[in-house]
Amino acid sequence: MRAPALWRVAVVAEVRQETADARTLVLAADGWPGHLAGQHVDLRLTAEDGYQAVRSYSLCAPADGARLEVSVQPVADGEVSPYLAGEVRPGDELEVRGPLGGWFVWDPADGVPDPVLLVGGGSGVAPLMAMVRARQGAPAPAPLRLLHSVRAPDQRWYAAELDRLAAEPAGPVVDTVYTRRAPPGAVRPPGRLTLPDLERPGWRAQDAPRCFVCGPTAFVEAVSGLLVEVGHPPDRIRTERFG
Amino acid sequence: MAVISRGFHGRRGPGGDRLPPGQYVTEDFPVLSAGPTPHIPHDRWSFTLTTAAGEKRTWDWDALMSLPSETPQADIHCVTRWSKYDTRWRGVPVDAFLEGVDPDGTYVLVTSYGGYSTDLPLADVTGGRAWIVHEYDGAPLPPEHGGPARMLVPHLYFWKSAKWVNGMRLTRTDEPGFWEQLGYHAYGDPWREQRVQGD
Ligand SMILES: Cc1cc2nc3c(=O)[nH]c(=O)nc-3n(C[C@H](O)[C@H](O)[C@H](O)COP(=O)(O)OP(=O)(O)OC[C@H]3O[C@@H](n4cnc5c(N)ncnc54)[C@H](O)[C@@H]3O)c2cc1C
Repeated sequence: MRAPALWRVAVVAEVRQETADARTLVLAADGWPGHLAGQHVDLRLTAEDGYQAVRSYSLCAPADGARLEVSVQPVADGEVSPYLAGEVRPGDELEVRGPLGGWFVWDPADGVPDPVLLVGGGSGVAPLMAMVRARQGAPAPAPLRLLHSVRAPDQRWYAAELDRLAAEPAGPVVDTVYTRRAPPGAVRPPGRLTLPDLERPGWRAQDAPRCFVCGPTAFVEAVSGLLVEVGHPPDRIRTERFG
Repeated sequence: MAVISRGFHGRRGPGGDRLPPGQYVTEDFPVLSAGPTPHIPHDRWSFTLTTAAGEKRTWDWDALMSLPSETPQADIHCVTRWSKYDTRWRGVPVDAFLEGVDPDGTYVLVTSYGGYSTDLPLADVTGGRAWIVHEYDGAPLPPEHGGPARMLVPHLYFWKSAKWVNGMRLTRTDEPGFWEQLGYHAYGDPWREQRVQGD
């Protein structure tokens, strides 16, 4: 059996609150073969009577031995996400397989110096965060911009870490678009992501960035459409949808 | 040796015999694709069949429209775990494109605008089991769902039903397509849960 098809036991090592309702789970999965930033896993839960449910979650941190991180946004009436975002605690066991998805990936060590543009909607920031974090370890990191669309300031994931990295001399550029409520003093009124939000010197079409777009289907359709409209070649745009 | 996840009870849906293992039923029509949606006008669309010997036959949009169409209705199953019941399409059975063609080759590689490809056994796209469809639910197929025309192979996971189709090549050996090269299962039977290589 090939590695991606193999189910491994994963023990919950740590739980971190990202927002009032979303959480990051740190898992320890012995024998994990490693992964690239952008890939996802299948998580399998088994009830006492043997009933099982499987869902996909993006890895939000680069490979680090047996350690895996996923962030979960609970969806109303969901079967799995409210359990992962609410009930699970350190020491609990579930199963994991992967890594899955070899297209929506970025390897900062691949030697390509092109700028990288990451655009995430809501929980779609998870695989992009793995890319931001993977860049930190790279010898000559490519210029990277993360553009995150969230409803309100309290909906940002990884906020403290992103703000800290953005303040470093050669750190990533981190921009946030607020769709419903902006922080006090913000110049941009709340609203959906539009062309001016995407355009920033260094990551325009003429700068030939590699683009990664992740989020709900409508968000991915809208953003990838805008990128094509302003001249980014379609083969430079990779998308991932959580739907 | 599945481990028990403490406190997980799950919610057994009314799946029944109609829902393949590990799937949930959705009323919407989610979208899965690897990049931006290509927009191909009808007057720039064409479909080319290439035989294993390298012979080519091409249909433009009018030629596609002049072929006798069928209205398949089917349940579809996406590897990302949604299934949708009773989807209604209009299109041309793949058999119609193969009429009079030397059936040399046991596999096909279906190709798309935008660079996507997927491989299937020839037997799975013939015998009235696959179509090139151009209408969904009584209206022209929208680009995000693969319009102007896509494959419909409802008995396999839906990534085998290539969107934005522009060609089909008969091959003597199985040549892995886009997702198949990235670790997805070569055949993709939802009833045997053939999601990734090794399943
Ligand atoms: C490649 C991939 C990566 C993903 N990464 C993440 C991630 O990093 N973080 C994260 O929080 N989620 C992620 N998801 C979504 C996740 O897999 C689950 O779909 C989500 O957590 C809901 O599961 P549930 O069991 O709680 O809901 P369910 O019980 O499955 O569904 C509840 C309701 O929502 C609908 N529904 C189910 N799934 C979705 C969906 N994805 N979008 C919209 N409606 C849906 C169902 O039809 C149902 O009506 C990812 C999905 C994919 C395919």
